[in-house]
Amino acid sequence: MIEIIGQFFMAVGFCFIFLGCLGLVRMPDVYCRLQAATKCVTLGTGSILISAIFLSGSTATAMKAVLCIVFLFLNSPTAAHALAKACDISGIKIWEKPGDEKIYPARPRPPRDDE
Amino acid sequence: MSLIYLFLTLCVAMCVYRIFRGPRAADRMVGIDILGIIVIVFCVLLTLSTGSDFYMTIAIAWSILGLVSTITLAKFLEGRNLDD
Repeated sequence: MIEIIGQFFMAVGFCFIFLGCLGLVRMPDVYCRLQAATKCVTLGTGSILISAIFLSGSTATAMKAVLCIVFLFLNSPTAAHALAKACDISGIKIWEKPGDEKIYPARPRPPRDDE
Repeated sequence: MSLIYLFLTLCVAMCVYRIFRGPRAADRMVGIDILGIIVIVFCVLLTLSTGSDFYMTIAIAWSILGLVSTITLAKFLEGRNLDD
């Protein structure tokens, strides 16, 4: 039963990782790629670590997996946010679908605090 | 188990494609970040297949150092135009 639960979590994790990498290839923009890749791959890695808790069968490995989940879920969104902020400060434009500029005109951005 | 390694190698190939192809410097940085997370998955799979414990320690250290490398790259990018 425990092995079935572990293999289920591993399958879910690999699905998320594959879809995240597919988004990394297919998306049109830096922000879209960051959004698709970072969230999906982080969740998939967390799911694979949960499957390692079930499948490893040793307490030390399971505790290290819990610690790794905590560090991963703290660190990965922080890194993604730093990257997105760096892209915004560098002045990379947000992608718009060709033909949609008239339907959704660009809204004026509020001034930043650190400018 | 070897099918899983093949599958992960496919994901690594997608990241490497984005690192080589990416039109901007920021795209390459996103690819490097995702590649660093996939290394953690490789460490977990090595723990499960070999049964030795220290690969999980490598995974913990890698998850901490990935934050440092990505934030360093982001601070390097801020306010510059690195595109070719």
